[in-house]
Amino acid sequence: MSENALSAQPASVPKSQKSAAGARNVVKLARYTIFKLGSLFIAVVIGIYLTILIANMGGYVDQILKGQIREQVSISIGMDPEMRQRPVEERNRLIEETIAVEENRLGLNQPFLIRSFRFLHRALTLNLGRAQFMSSDSGSRLVSNIILERLPSTLLLMATSNLLLFFASVFFALYLSRNYGNVLDKLVVGFSPTSAVPAWFYGIFLILLFAAVLGWLPFGGMVAAPPPPQLGARLLSIGRHLILPVLAWLMSGFFGGAYGYRTFFLIFSMEDYVELARAKGLSDREVERRYVLRPTLPNIITTFALLLIGLWQGATILETIFNWPGLGRLLYQAIGLFDTAVIVGSNVIYAYLLALTVFLLDFIYALVDPRVRIGSGGAK
Amino acid sequence: MKWLRQTLKDIRQYPSAVIGLVLILSMVALALYTIIAIPYSEAIRLWRGGEDVWGENPRIVPPAWTNWFRREKLPETLVLRSGDEGVTKEKSIISEDMDDITMTFTFDYPYDGFPQSMSVFFTTKYTAKAPHISLSWLTPDGTRIRLGEITARRADAYRIDQDDRLVRRLRGVEPRIGLFADPEKETPTPVKGTYTLVVEATTFEPNSEVDAKFVLYGQVYGLAGTDHRRRDLSVALLWGTPIALSFGLIASLGTTITTMIISAVGVWFGGVVDGLIQRITEVNIILPFLPILIMVGTFMSRSIWVLLFWVIALSIFGGAIKTYRATFLQVKEAPYIEAAQAYGASNWRIIVFYLVPRIIPQLLPGLVSAIPAYVFLEASLALLGLGDPVVPTWGKLIDDARANGALYNGQYYWVLQPAVLLMVVGLAFAMVGFAMDRIFNPRLREV
Repeated sequence: MSENALSAQPASVPKSQKSAAGARNVVKLARYTIFKLGSLFIAVVIGIYLTILIANMGGYVDQILKGQIREQVSISIGMDPEMRQRPVEERNRLIEETIAVEENRLGLNQPFLIRSFRFLHRALTLNLGRAQFMSSDSGSRLVSNIILERLPSTLLLMATSNLLLFFASVFFALYLSRNYGNVLDKLVVGFSPTSAVPAWFYGIFLILLFAAVLGWLPFGGMVAAPPPPQLGARLLSIGRHLILPVLAWLMSGFFGGAYGYRTFFLIFSMEDYVELARAKGLSDREVERRYVLRPTLPNIITTFALLLIGLWQGATILETIFNWPGLGRLLYQAIGLFDTAVIVGSNVIYAYLLALTVFLLDFIYALVDPRVRIGSGGAK
Repeated sequence: MKWLRQTLKDIRQYPSAVIGLVLILSMVALALYTIIAIPYSEAIRLWRGGEDVWGENPRIVPPAWTNWFRREKLPETLVLRSGDEGVTKEKSIISEDMDDITMTFTFDYPYDGFPQSMSVFFTTKYTAKAPHISLSWLTPDGTRIRLGEITARRADAYRIDQDDRLVRRLRGVEPRIGLFADPEKETPTPVKGTYTLVVEATTFEPNSEVDAKFVLYGQVYGLAGTDHRRRDLSVALLWGTPIALSFGLIASLGTTITTMIISAVGVWFGGVVDGLIQRITEVNIILPFLPILIMVGTFMSRSIWVLLFWVIALSIFGGAIKTYRATFLQVKEAPYIEAAQAYGASNWRIIVFYLVPRIIPQLLPGLVSAIPAYVFLEASLALLGLGDPVVPTWGKLIDDARANGALYNGQYYWVLQPAVLLMVVGLAFAMVGFAMDRIFNPRLREV
């Protein structure tokens, strides 16, 4: 993704040079853009290569795989009644040949160092390839299919909980900053340390209370088994299964988030220029919108953007606790099966998304906050 | 010192921080007590022990104090061996070779529930002919129930509940119920009173010896209950304290201090060094934190100390480096740094004595607030099955409980006890860190 953007950049420079008035600024902007994209791309390449090295344990996984192949082939040939009639040498020869074919098929006959760079090339061009052991529920071995199959359930859980948490805490924080010092405000300040406890931990308590003791809600999973045939009933069932994990996420994030944003708004509303705006006689709403919210926007957008790409990773432990069939759990299962293709595939997408977001955020800052200038020169 | 006293005075204004400090101190005291009372090697031996260590404990029962909240008291575990009160042992000579040994185990049973099970363990001494043993049971009203007969080898056990013939004699009722139940009542209710187990042994050799131990496995046990391997949970709950505290503290200290020094070095030397540190940070942010830890746990080692090392290594080049960098950039321009350079201070002297101390007030709250995250991280790893296989921790208890379906089966004590302890430690540090943040951060003081 960002590789394409990188190669497209120089082409766009002359075009804008013709139209733009401040040509020097555009050159500066282009240079900055290329430098930024380049350094981000290098970071992605190194990050992915490290992931490949770690996911293969620097080649140690190859040894495990080779051992597994040898064991499987020896057993399958040794158990074959037809083979038992043949002499031992012939059998051994056949075993060695089958192993060689199998290792060739998986590419294990080449040194790991060479293969690691091939993995890197494939990962960077998003050619995610096939999984070694895992398959999607529909039976596909393609890593992209496996990931795509899990994506909706992760997005459902993470988007519901994160968006709810984000908007609830931001708007609540706005309310608190307007009513600074009232009972609710003091309550939020008092409760904010509860956010040190992660969501899965509240999940355990929620399961204990609502599933085990009261029996109102299911223990885990995404839909009742067997799933209800009617669409309406199925949606209702998914909704019921969604309540506890989302609630756990909210419990863990809400007070800390609301406290953080509230403090943030309050700090900005104590600036001198806000006092001046008030002195000019602007209404509270006007002051808040123009002088408090606007400068806080870059930070809020950053949080929001990082939150959006964070959805991609899922929440491994929350998904484990609630038995939710999402990407976090997929990654965990892939590691358990030494399925490096799935591990690297899942990471490379996250790395690209993160790099792209970091890159775009620079420009978004400049768009929403006139004080920010991209690079050293001015633009936008 | 004056600075410390001032800080403590400031903290006193926040009641939650005072509570947090008290909790932390009591946890530290508990951790110290644990390390002294149960040494590390002893804890590992106990926790990895099997039937030889935990054979006298019932399986998966709640702690004894839960009886306070029950109207119907459940039986506690009772172990009677020779020499204990209520145990008699008599030996009568029948012939030159044969002896008759009679042991009685008398005990009071004031409970409203039935025991989990009962066993009699024998230790015998003989060369060729094993002693023959027959057992019988006396209920409070004097009824005698014949139990079983066995020929006891050197270390043998008679498990009363697995005696099929006894079950048939009791008309299909489990012995643990049938031996205590009131025959008049429709629903099985135990008769309260004094019971006696009689063990009669006949030995066939001059120097042959028989000894017996009676274990009545209760429905409650000790301070913390037991798990699926009969282990006393209090061992793991106690040892979880020093592990959680040291894991959180070492990870937080190690990360914060290294990050601080690296960012100070980057800012002071600038140029290539600074650029390199920035690039490493960018790469590190792309690396997935939890998956890498899972990979280390799966491929490399599940030792808690190896994981701790990786946690620190992966956290050093985190987001905090940018925050510290911003502060150092301001400090670097301060006149006193220029003065230090003028008198000829070396680079390292400036970094260690002039740059680093300026950032400590800003760094301390973060350091304290980061501890809960690491404490919970250890529990998270345990929950993914990557807990240290040797050391008992709170996270491993929760994982064991989950794996054995404790929540489905209503064994809440098993999950709740470690969970509450984790929560106490997490919240205590969070409350203190929160207050320190407000004290050291002048902008936060007013809001």
